[in-house]
Amino acid sequence: MMINGAGATFPYPIYSKWFDEYAKVDPSVRFNYQSIGSGGGQKQILAQTVDFGASDGPMSDDNLSKAPGKILHIPTVAGAVVITYNLDGNPALKLDGDTIANIFLGKIKNWNDPKIAASNPGAKLPDKEIVVVHRSDGSGTTFIFTDYLSKTSGEWKEKAGNNTSVNWPTGIGGKGNEGVAGQVKQTPGALGYVELIYATQNKMPYAEIKNATGEFMKPTLESITAALATADIPDDFRFSMTNAPGKDAYPIAGATWLLVYQQQKDAAKGKKLVEFLKWSLTDGEKMAKDLQYAPLPESVQQRVLTRIGEIKM
Amino acid sequence: MAPPSRFGDKAFQWLTLAMALTVVVLVVLTGWQLWRGSSLAIQKFGLHFLVTSTWDPVAEQFGALPFIYGTLVSSLIALLIAVPLSIATAVYLTELAPLWIRQPLVSLIEMLAAIPSVILGLWGIFVMVPWLRDYPFPSRKRLFGWTPFFSGPIYGTSMLAGGIIIAIMILPIITSVSREILRSVPDLQREAAYALGATRWEVTRIAVLSYARKGLFGAVILGLGRALGETMAVTMVIGNTPQIAASLFKPGYTLASVIANEFTEATTDIYLGALFEIGLVLFGVTIVVNLIAQVLLKTMTTSTSATRAVQ
Repeated sequence: MMINGAGATFPYPIYSKWFDEYAKVDPSVRFNYQSIGSGGGQKQILAQTVDFGASDGPMSDDNLSKAPGKILHIPTVAGAVVITYNLDGNPALKLDGDTIANIFLGKIKNWNDPKIAASNPGAKLPDKEIVVVHRSDGSGTTFIFTDYLSKTSGEWKEKAGNNTSVNWPTGIGGKGNEGVAGQVKQTPGALGYVELIYATQNKMPYAEIKNATGEFMKPTLESITAALATADIPDDFRFSMTNAPGKDAYPIAGATWLLVYQQQKDAAKGKKLVEFLKWSLTDGEKMAKDLQYAPLPESVQQRVLTRIGEIKM
Repeated sequence: MAPPSRFGDKAFQWLTLAMALTVVVLVVLTGWQLWRGSSLAIQKFGLHFLVTSTWDPVAEQFGALPFIYGTLVSSLIALLIAVPLSIATAVYLTELAPLWIRQPLVSLIEMLAAIPSVILGLWGIFVMVPWLRDYPFPSRKRLFGWTPFFSGPIYGTSMLAGGIIIAIMILPIITSVSREILRSVPDLQREAAYALGATRWEVTRIAVLSYARKGLFGAVILGLGRALGETMAVTMVIGNTPQIAASLFKPGYTLASVIANEFTEATTDIYLGALFEIGLVLFGVTIVVNLIAQVLLKTMTTSTSATRAVQ
């Protein structure tokens, strides 16, 4: 039996790992996943051309209302977005949401701005223009980042807002995480945002970010899971985990979702899909850390499993 | 008894006609599909789409002007760089180069055409852009910084970098087509010019280039067609900022790039419609540019025959 899915690119590495491993658990079912992007994933599940969709952002009410049946959001793993930069000697930096928003609004233009210096006493900040780098392609990373900025800066919310791509007030656009990482690496004085794994793989420095309780947090798998554990998660699982209230939570993080119909059309396929979902939320979650994804905390796992149990054949 | 050959001729004629018509049908279908996909955006924005500069997916306000500008300017820069280079290369290869060097050079140029554009783009980010930023750009700024075209801060990624990468990508096609055209110039032309005592340069200029003018123009148009639609490599070095700035050091954006960048993650209907309309605009720009080229070609040929008649 073949189960087809399509959507987000961010979780693609772990999903393909799951499909591989699951083939050993249940050899009778095979998965075909196309990482065509979250927009494509949402469109395909709405058109019922796939058995499940995948998205880095929850579906809007508008899009859900177009669905022929009820669509469930199944969160799987989470990841962090980090602020990376290129300065001589790569000093450790601490930034807060307001400062980041002002940099991306083009209001803080220079590295020696007092607002940056205020949270970095002792750091050598050069008299140099900040070259802002952002994603040019629509992406879940941008969605998470602008969601965070919209929560921490009223001005950002009003001027740019939150989406997979926005009308950037300043800066240059790089294509993909690799484009932004490359741009920042190549440009002295640059600052941009990428997924955590791109910064660690490229050995680029990334800032500690002030969270909702006033602590400066490094992005780690633990601090992301801490954000998940304290985020306000409604019963439909369409949540945002940026600026989560936990003391140990890293504030710029987001989950990724699988999208499935609550009422499955094909009973045999639906049964296999549910078995797979249950497996991925339990055994699958244990593989997340190896691939640099943050697993769901126990409490959330249980709630999601209950919801999976409500899928009808 | 009807001769069997006549049926074969007819069948062949119909078959080729059908093939030729598929091309027309494909073009029409593409246009129609783009029109249908963008109908929502066309209804909402009308002609304003072509003349406004805001591209805001959050507020769902869309205008294509900076992208149209970026596509035309980057292609123009590419042509300014690539045309003299390609035609000079083609002249060298057909008229001047010693025989043993021709084949290796031709193979090298063809290899350039075979580099996938995404690879060229990565090379662009990691090698070309830093080099441009550190050496050629600052010196241009020192020399020409007083003009608006070379003013402002230098980031490397820029309209100029986009134009240069397109130039590299269209070099091979213009060179190889030009070379074929120069090779097809009859030797009689050259011999006649030599017989009149022309120098090598005069032979090349009068007997070869002038004779092949129309064909060379066609080669340039082929290159331009590629330049307008070039996507991946350009998007990696152009900076992807929808703005209209005189300075070539500022980042820009092209029609093809914005589609490639934003299509996969566009979730709302109007956003998708706007991206479809960008495709429609690109389709239109390509057709208009080609039509202008055809007209230019016409005037060029008639004026040539006119001068001939006078002589």
